[in-house]
Amino acid sequence: MSNAAVTASAPATNSDKSILARLGAAFVGRLVIIVPYVWLLFFFLVPFIIVFKISLSQTAIAMPPYTPVLDFKDGISGFFAGFGALSFDNYAWLTQDALYFNAYVTSVIIAAISTVLTLIVGYPIAYGMARAPATIRPTLLMLVILPFWTSFLIRVYAWIGILKPEGLLNQLLLATGIISQPLIILNTYTAIFIGIVYSYLPFMVLPLYSSLEKMDYSLIEAAKDLGCPPTSAFWKITFPLSLPGVIAGCLLVFIPAVGEFVIPDLLGGSQTLMIGKTLWNEFFANRDWPVSSAVAVILLLLLTVPIMFFQQAQARAQEQDK
Amino acid sequence: MIRKALWLSATSVFLTLFTVGGHAEDRVVNVFNWSDYIDSSIIDDFTKKTGIKVVYDTFDSNEILETKLLAGGSGYDVVVPSGNFLARQIQAGVFQKLDKSKLPNISNMWDTVSERTAKYDPGNEYSVNYMWGTVGLGYNIKKVQAALGTDKIDSWDVFFNPDSLAKLKDCGVYVLDSPADIIPAALKYLGLDPNSTSPDDIAKAEEALLKVRPYIRKFHSSEYINALANGDICLAVGWSGDVFQARNRAVEAKQGVEIGYSVPKEGAQMWFDQMAIPADAPHVAEALEFINYMMTPEVIAKSSNYVLYANGNKASQQFVDKALLDDPSVYPDAATLQKLYTVQPYDPKTQRLITRSWTKIVTGQ
Repeated sequence: MSNAAVTASAPATNSDKSILARLGAAFVGRLVIIVPYVWLLFFFLVPFIIVFKISLSQTAIAMPPYTPVLDFKDGISGFFAGFGALSFDNYAWLTQDALYFNAYVTSVIIAAISTVLTLIVGYPIAYGMARAPATIRPTLLMLVILPFWTSFLIRVYAWIGILKPEGLLNQLLLATGIISQPLIILNTYTAIFIGIVYSYLPFMVLPLYSSLEKMDYSLIEAAKDLGCPPTSAFWKITFPLSLPGVIAGCLLVFIPAVGEFVIPDLLGGSQTLMIGKTLWNEFFANRDWPVSSAVAVILLLLLTVPIMFFQQAQARAQEQDK
Repeated sequence: MIRKALWLSATSVFLTLFTVGGHAEDRVVNVFNWSDYIDSSIIDDFTKKTGIKVVYDTFDSNEILETKLLAGGSGYDVVVPSGNFLARQIQAGVFQKLDKSKLPNISNMWDTVSERTAKYDPGNEYSVNYMWGTVGLGYNIKKVQAALGTDKIDSWDVFFNPDSLAKLKDCGVYVLDSPADIIPAALKYLGLDPNSTSPDDIAKAEEALLKVRPYIRKFHSSEYINALANGDICLAVGWSGDVFQARNRAVEAKQGVEIGYSVPKEGAQMWFDQMAIPADAPHVAEALEFINYMMTPEVIAKSSNYVLYANGNKASQQFVDKALLDDPSVYPDAATLQKLYTVQPYDPKTQRLITRSWTKIVTGQ
């Protein structure tokens, strides 16, 4: 703020009106930036601090089921006395049982495979949309967004009807004679991948489409004129230019897929051990809010730290390009 | 303190609006009950009779209810947890004692049930029974007949014997995703105390379940209703009333699926869903009126006839459909009743052991 004050007071020789106007504009400019920061503060940082605090507490049979609660019932001193009872025991607990490590690893692997599959399915769709005549592009875009109008849960349930042993898919395959025994897809990892790819496809297609649409098609024509075959033109020009879209799409699919709970619960088998389910168990079955908070904090670190490194690397690469 | 102040001011604003609006006579009770667990005409009748509006909300797992209650300020006036959850919640200070002078219909209750619910709620001070049932075997009669050569299922052996369950693997086996229901059953089958908290006993139960694990398609606490009714599976270890719902849906669907339910002869777990009032309930008087109404013999009988569970109300039995009352899998005879057992809530250490064991059984890790 002090900088703004200095620069604003410098041209004091001008009329007072313009100083006020400048000050006003500077204030409005700051206000616009402040709003998202306040949003992040209240809806991300504060909840995170609460979760972090609970992760340092101990369970208790009480309301709420942990101690210390850190309230002002015993005055300010009571509030600060509570700090002494906080400890990192719950984090130590997570390292003692391989369960948590395995759950994190399984979740990351499932999310990574699903992301690659979504990219493989989504890229041709986005490419086709970007190459389609400009008049029908809004319609195609609409078709991608349309499934959001039906509840996510109902769409996942619909897949149960399609994939189950007596479901639509098996009936179709049996009727056409392609298979003689119904395929067991429901309650397997395959079903989870189908569910995730289907549910998150729009999150992959939309950023891909927006980066492909901006691409200058004359570059491809130039490549063709110079004798470059279509496949290498794609890998040398189209794909590198769409990379920001690929990265954005992959992050949008990967991050929620790691913590996915509903799809593995409904479509997956019981043997699927994902971190979302582990967290559910700690929170609901064990009533251990502190340990489940610790699981959540680690999950957050697991997701944000690599993304931060990635962004830094990207920023550095961009600077080198200049 | 700040929170309290905010609440007070919010409440006073609300109250002012309330009185200014002139709707002080609008009495409300917020009920939180299990899904598919009441004949909705009962709620309409209650409103017609008393003028109290019922805001009816549902849940499908004890864990969800418990988490809301432990967080506090749920806003509900009547909730219906199961016995072992209720016991722990009473300990945590979630509920208030019922003012029995406001519950004249309590004289209708059935001592056979009250004696057992007192194990969870000593003296039945905090709760009254809504419905009760058993954990047993639901099965597709034709498919089991085809796979095992018999449709007479009366023992846990069908499930815990790997040779027998292996034969049912292909037609599909579902199990409740609820360690507190399945581990005691395993202990009972092994001839151990279903209430045992000894790590050795729990390890034995785990071993017994791991032996049959390869033949179980899924652990889930509600999907088996549809799966049984549609003929997708042939055996489910589930709650009695859910299996009866599956049976009725199968009859309605007319696809030739016939569902049976059996209370295993070794003994089965008896569970109780109890109506209780949270300590911070905003409408206590209305909640008591609602609970009292639900103890009216005709009313609770109507509910039983609809949801197909037995209730804990002795006087209601003359109004319960004869077919339901005579069905030994709903209202067991005295000999079977002797073999039914109840399960006490686990202490936090045992709970962790049980959940860990369960994760190993379910996921193999």
